[in-house]
Amino acid sequence: MIKVKDLYKSYGKSGKIKALNGVSFKVDDGEIFGVIGPDGAGKTSLFRILASLILPDSGSALMNGHDVVQDYRRIRQIIGYMPGRFSLYQDLSVEENLTFFATLFNTTIEENYHLIKDIYQQIEPFKDRRAGALSGGMKQKLALSCALIHKPEILILDEPTTGVDPVSRKEFWDMLARLKEQGLIILVSTAYMDEASRCDRIALIKDGEFIATDTPQGIINDYSDILWSVEGSRMSAMLKELRTHDMVMSSFAFGDKIHITVDAGFRRNELEQYLTNKDFRDVNIAPIEPTVEDCFMALTR
Amino acid sequence: MKTIKFLIEKEFKQMFRNPLIPRMIVMYPIMVLLVFPWAVSFEVKNIKIDVVDHGKSVYSKRLTDKIAASKYFILNDTPPDYQTAMQNMENGYTDMILEIPTTFDKDIVKSSNSKVGVAVNSVNGTQGLLGSNYIMQIVNDFSSELRDELITTVPPKSRASIMNMPQIDIIPHFKYNPGLDYKNFMIPGFMVLLLTLICGILPALNIVMEKENGTINQINVTPVNRIVFILAKLIPFWIVGLVVMFISVSAAFLLYGLWPTGSIIAVLISAIVFIFSISGLGLIISNYSETLQQASFLVMFFILILILLGGMFTPVSSMPSWAQAIAAINPFSYLTKTFRMLYLNGSTLSDVSGNLYAMIIIAIVLNGWAVLSYKKRV
Repeated sequence: MIKVKDLYKSYGKSGKIKALNGVSFKVDDGEIFGVIGPDGAGKTSLFRILASLILPDSGSALMNGHDVVQDYRRIRQIIGYMPGRFSLYQDLSVEENLTFFATLFNTTIEENYHLIKDIYQQIEPFKDRRAGALSGGMKQKLALSCALIHKPEILILDEPTTGVDPVSRKEFWDMLARLKEQGLIILVSTAYMDEASRCDRIALIKDGEFIATDTPQGIINDYSDILWSVEGSRMSAMLKELRTHDMVMSSFAFGDKIHITVDAGFRRNELEQYLTNKDFRDVNIAPIEPTVEDCFMALTR
Repeated sequence: MKTIKFLIEKEFKQMFRNPLIPRMIVMYPIMVLLVFPWAVSFEVKNIKIDVVDHGKSVYSKRLTDKIAASKYFILNDTPPDYQTAMQNMENGYTDMILEIPTTFDKDIVKSSNSKVGVAVNSVNGTQGLLGSNYIMQIVNDFSSELRDELITTVPPKSRASIMNMPQIDIIPHFKYNPGLDYKNFMIPGFMVLLLTLICGILPALNIVMEKENGTINQINVTPVNRIVFILAKLIPFWIVGLVVMFISVSAAFLLYGLWPTGSIIAVLISAIVFIFSISGLGLIISNYSETLQQASFLVMFFILILILLGGMFTPVSSMPSWAQAIAAINPFSYLTKTFRMLYLNGSTLSDVSGNLYAMIIIAIVLNGWAVLSYKKRV
């Protein structure tokens, strides 16, 4: 179980840059907890504190009852940390990297092979290849294997899927789901809102603060606005046009569509007519269900 | 113990997987010992000289020939007047001008006393100074030659008085480096340079590389003790440093017949003490840099200070007092001095113990500083 209370962290000479602004949360055993937010929101700072790599300015964090500041030696035994950037030895082979980290934790690959079997089997054919020559997805699997080799109780994954292709991303989340079944606590951060649904609970982070913490469905249920999607020709001009419209409360680009939230008195035909008059063609307006990203946009508005 | 052994194993694995490092470890001492001693030398040779001979006589011709025959000078031209010679110097064709007066012959025969004029381009101070010294030597030589010849032409009465004139010849005895061979002087210095690079600089850059690659994060979340990690970084380079030392001592003997005239044990002991102190400097550099660029810049800065103010090329005793103060805390300076004493002066371990104590103090201060400046977590 992870208990974090009022974490503050700032950088710079006089602490001008505030990375964490009072973060508190709890994670139960056997839970995948996702921290979701844009770049620079404070995800990496939070995870580095929890991995005992940097010290918080104030506040406390208990990982399975061990304080990250006082008990850092114990923390390092029970956590597996995977930094956002690939940080294994590129000039050592796959197997050498794994053996290296196993030995540093006083264990062997054989002893904990059952833990990494699923993941490691996929890269085992390349075990003599140097880590630097692996593809992005395989690097990710190797890094996860190395983080797991000492049988940690808590897994801290900092943006594990950034820069990985969609298929490998899906595979990666499937692996996390299987690890969770073995009772691990998994703390994972991501900038991809669509990955939120794979977590048991998520926290939305912005400017060093958690703006919401709930199950993904809970966050969506809290969404109270009426949401429509709009598509048609000349999207960027249309986005500007929509922002000046009285009925439209907010509008933002979402993939190849525009999501708008509207007043209660909104009529679909009126807007369609309005846009057609303004020379936009193929206008299509449809009601949609909100996603986590819509919630994030609404919460940060 | 098991961890450190494994870490060292990993360092060696990485070292030998890098295509450049193992080759450099072999190539570098060979380059340094085969090539540099011949090139880096303060012996001044091949000074270009113009002789303006107004006398155009037998004696002036003999003096010109004597200069041309010397290994220090190359006779560039014999222009008719001083202006042409000066022009040659301005255009860089010549470095020195010797002007022989019209009355040269007459003066020598009549009064046994003549004057020649010398002009030296002293843009390169060493060359100017040594060049004018050499020409003086040759002219002096020439005049004593002449005196021996001309003495027979003098009437016997006055001959006696000349013979009775006291004549002082200075016969220098060059101690410890009898042939005045510059190589013997430089090679011990180059050995120190090798140790500095391999044991001080390489491990520092290696640690910074782990920082830059982010691998240090992955190490920091393991239970590996910080000191064990650092030691595992240093030990391989200490070993390599000693191997290189062994190669260079043998190479100096095989190539130049240069073997310490003093204690060989003292060479080893002082090298080890030096390695500890220079490793400390490397650790400080690695603590203060986050990227290889920063580290390389710091390395350049320190290497320049260590070498230029370390007495390898120019004697510390002729430096201004502030530079001597820097040399007093420069381990490079102490080891260069020690190696030269052991190689050339035939000193014993107790002769160099003063230098050893100084290096031990420097090692303690630098390593202490390295430990204090290391921030475990920010």
